[in-house]
Amino acid sequence: MIRWPKVGLFTFAAAFVSLIVKIRGPKAGLTVALVLVAAALIPAAQRRFAPRVDRLYQKRWGFPASLGAFFFACALLPIWIDVVEEELAVQIGLFALLALGLNVVVGFAGLLDLGYVAFWAIGAYTMGIFSGAGPLQFAHLSMWQIFPIALAMALITGFLLGAPTLRLRGDYLAIVTLGFGEIVRIVAENLSKVTNGSQGIVNIPSASIPNSSSFWRGIVSAFVHFENAWIHSWNALTPGAGRGTLPVPSARSLEFGVNPIPYYLLLLAVIMIMVIVIRRLNNSRVGRAWSAIREDEVAAEAMGVPTLKYKLWAFSIGASTACISGVILAARIQSIEPGTFDLITSIVILSAVVLGGLGNISGALIGGTAVTFLPELLRSLPPRLQDARFGIFGAVLVLMMIYRPQGIAPSRRRAAELEGGAAETHGPIGAGLPEELAAGGAE
Amino acid sequence: MPDCLTTQLPLRLVGGLTSGSIYALIALGYTLVYGVLQLINFAHSEVFMGGSLAGLLALEALTHHGAQTNAIFLFVALIPGMLAGGVVAIALERFAYRPLRRRGAARLSYLISAIGASLLLSNIVLLWRGRNFENFPATVAPVPILTLGNVQIYNRQIIIVVAMLIMTAGLDIFVRTSRAGKGIRAVAQDPETAGMMGVDINRVITVTFLLGGLLAGAAGVLYGMFFGVTRFDVGFIPGIKAFTAAVLGGIGNIRGALVGGLTLGVVENVGAGCCGNQWKDVIAFLVLVGVLMFRPTGLFGEGVGAKA
Repeated sequence: MIRWPKVGLFTFAAAFVSLIVKIRGPKAGLTVALVLVAAALIPAAQRRFAPRVDRLYQKRWGFPASLGAFFFACALLPIWIDVVEEELAVQIGLFALLALGLNVVVGFAGLLDLGYVAFWAIGAYTMGIFSGAGPLQFAHLSMWQIFPIALAMALITGFLLGAPTLRLRGDYLAIVTLGFGEIVRIVAENLSKVTNGSQGIVNIPSASIPNSSSFWRGIVSAFVHFENAWIHSWNALTPGAGRGTLPVPSARSLEFGVNPIPYYLLLLAVIMIMVIVIRRLNNSRVGRAWSAIREDEVAAEAMGVPTLKYKLWAFSIGASTACISGVILAARIQSIEPGTFDLITSIVILSAVVLGGLGNISGALIGGTAVTFLPELLRSLPPRLQDARFGIFGAVLVLMMIYRPQGIAPSRRRAAELEGGAAETHGPIGAGLPEELAAGGAE
Repeated sequence: MPDCLTTQLPLRLVGGLTSGSIYALIALGYTLVYGVLQLINFAHSEVFMGGSLAGLLALEALTHHGAQTNAIFLFVALIPGMLAGGVVAIALERFAYRPLRRRGAARLSYLISAIGASLLLSNIVLLWRGRNFENFPATVAPVPILTLGNVQIYNRQIIIVVAMLIMTAGLDIFVRTSRAGKGIRAVAQDPETAGMMGVDINRVITVTFLLGGLLAGAAGVLYGMFFGVTRFDVGFIPGIKAFTAAVLGGIGNIRGALVGGLTLGVVENVGAGCCGNQWKDVIAFLVLVGVLMFRPTGLFGEGVGAKA
């Protein structure tokens, strides 16, 4: 039997490596491939060499090891890529974060949210308004100070939208959230005194590291040193110096400002924290409540699960994730306009989640990456075809639902459920990121 | 008393009834499909768009051959528009829903598949026809034929309202009296028992989608006649509004869709008069949220089967 999830992940990895090869030459491609293989081998090696009695050990270290390896590889990425791809890397980070959050709502709790982009907008506009760039100049806060405010905004709006609507049937919820997304966009377009209308907010201050913070300085200089050490050893190990050597990034500082790399690293850090938080939630009482709600809400309610409470949990976590992504977006691109936050964007994020596999954390990250890459891959096509590129997302959604509802890298529990067959619906409790991330979904 | 509730009110009422009639025609499709499958056909807005586009193409073909457009052409355009709506609706059912139904997929899968189908269809049209608004050849010249107080009622508005009333009545009679209508009501009440009694469920579902598609196609042509333009995403806003209308009247309930559509049209038009036109869509969404919060079964209850 062909193990499609592995094939899917393998294809994706191959495409990624070939992109690096095309951009930075074969050496960089080889290194990235090595890092990916190493990340993939860690849990496999553990399975192979750890004695059976040591499963507890494996369970404890498999996840942090592969998570660490994965993010280590991602953090090294800026060494090879140049400015154009750096922009793309930030974009990927933003969408991966969004997909991660929407995955909690749609994948874990089974609530179809078609207005998810509204929370992204709320995050971005919170940054725009509270940083003093908007018409209301009542505060001039930095991005770091705005994070908690944006989180509060997310929780408030998530609760305001969720509390009345989460009682409804799933399909009603979908259309109400769709309406909510449009309302937020229309309000941003028309409430000129607060949001500057359809022109949007411009000149949003970019993020900056507080001068006084020696902690941040320490992290940044450690990273620069690490990067330099890596590059020097790479150049030393490969003969024929001068040709094909990596540039030393000393000129490329890690100050925020207009430089994309710090945003990328910040996004990586946020994604890593969210992965850990969401994974732990999903493996806790909350996660079990979510799957109970998703599988049969009436039964869950009858068994004493406070469904509304846990649905609100999922909704709020999704909302806050999107808000954080929105704040970083606003700080990065420094100007926001209502047109960015339309329904299509919501559907693109949904496609990312569906593509990666509903209810699958690593799948969401893969999906977020894939949907951001797609327009880049279509760059060489005629403009008209590019214009209609969202049709591809539509086709992806339909085909995935018909042929592979569990996504390219499925979560075991979710796969059995979405197939609708009589398959075993309960994977082991520990089934989560490590195996799927590295080895392409456990079967 | 604000202006919008006094001097402007008659004008707003007439406008509301006109757009409400279009919402009602689309809402019937949502309601029929919901009655039978308990499924919201998210791609129904694309059925509307397909009908509108087919009407446009037919009219363009006719005017291309040198014909002078006149009112008769509206009825000529209605036929391909309705047929296209029906074909798109049946194709949707066949390709986006039936494979899932056969597998007994989760509810979420249907919704995602429908959203995907909607996006795919509108982008195919975008690819084919481009992004610009296309002018609908003028069929019925706007002539005021009735003056009530300070408001003039145009022939176009009367055509839309009358067409909607005729089609809704026809649908109501069809579902209540015909053999296929009996099948629809049977499947709506209890699909399993209906299947055991020899009702061909797949056929009933196809007929249901066909009926919804015919009406949405007609709505598309009427919309094109009234507003004079169409393009790939023309169905989006009317689609959501029609869904709101269907919920407002009680989804699954044919007469409810009629009343819901007219009510929503009037409410949003009067509201737009009070708050400004840019808030029109927001008002409609707030109506939807309000209805779902306080009376999720709609004004007339969810008449599945018996009342359908």
